[in-house]
Amino acid sequence: MPVDAGQAGRTWPPGEPFEVTRAAIAAFAAATAGGGPVHPAHTDPEVARSLGHADVVAPPTFLVGLAQSSDARFVDDPASGVDFSRVVHGEQRFTHHRPAVAGDRLVAALTVESVRRMAGNDLVTMRNDITTTDGESVCTSTSMLVVRGE
Amino acid sequence: MPKLSELSVGDAVGSATVHLTRADLVRYADASGDQNPIHRSDEVARSVGLSGVIAHGMLTMGVAVRVVVDWCGDPAAVVDYGTRFTGQVPVGADDAPEPGADLEVSAVVGALDVEAGTARVDITATCGGTRVLGRARAVVRLPA
Repeated sequence: MPVDAGQAGRTWPPGEPFEVTRAAIAAFAAATAGGGPVHPAHTDPEVARSLGHADVVAPPTFLVGLAQSSDARFVDDPASGVDFSRVVHGEQRFTHHRPAVAGDRLVAALTVESVRRMAGNDLVTMRNDITTTDGESVCTSTSMLVVRGE
Repeated sequence: MPKLSELSVGDAVGSATVHLTRADLVRYADASGDQNPIHRSDEVARSVGLSGVIAHGMLTMGVAVRVVVDWCGDPAAVVDYGTRFTGQVPVGADDAPEPGADLEVSAVVGALDVEAGTARVDITATCGGTRVLGRARAVVRLPA
């Protein structure tokens, strides 16, 4: 079933708060270190503070988990028409307004930016505006999913 | 930290060869929450038309930016990072003829914006000669 172009423009308000912890940052940094040492700004609060940050800082792609759980509100909605077994991640972008640091409580507001049909596939672009629970802007995450045609 | 005034377009930022194993995929799945079985089970991967287990695109994206972070010295200096996923990274089982996968990452200065105080770093990532990231660009805030 193709994704209905009429789904573009749907929005979801900020969802469940996501607690950014030192442990989660350390685990993500270790998993993306590529065999090299983990950058100490991810694990040592003193190093992070010496760089001007309130606590250990998240790696540049750390907020993907929050973004994808927010995206799921659309992807898993039967009305979306998305067959997840046919989904391939097409594009991803993070624009950081300020670094996410341990201690942050973040929420994501979701917007389905566009649904386009191209070469038999549906291209779905979703934007998450990620803020603190107090409304401070932290990151804009944009992901494009390719839903492969039958 | 590199200074904007000392950089030129085309300057090398860094390069790395990253060997990924099935265990790295499991670790990334646990750290990121992305438990899609195509990154764990050959059987599931083949059932959706893949040759076998592939790495998460987001793992490749996350690993590739390391050369930029190591160069600039502060992960938080990366203020914007985006890519297209243009190819797969098949990761062989530990007992396969070709276990794991080798990801070749390199990065150069692609553009300088003195007014904004940023450099754009263009990242190339290949696996087995195939480009797996397209237009991978990190914008880094640097001192003048």
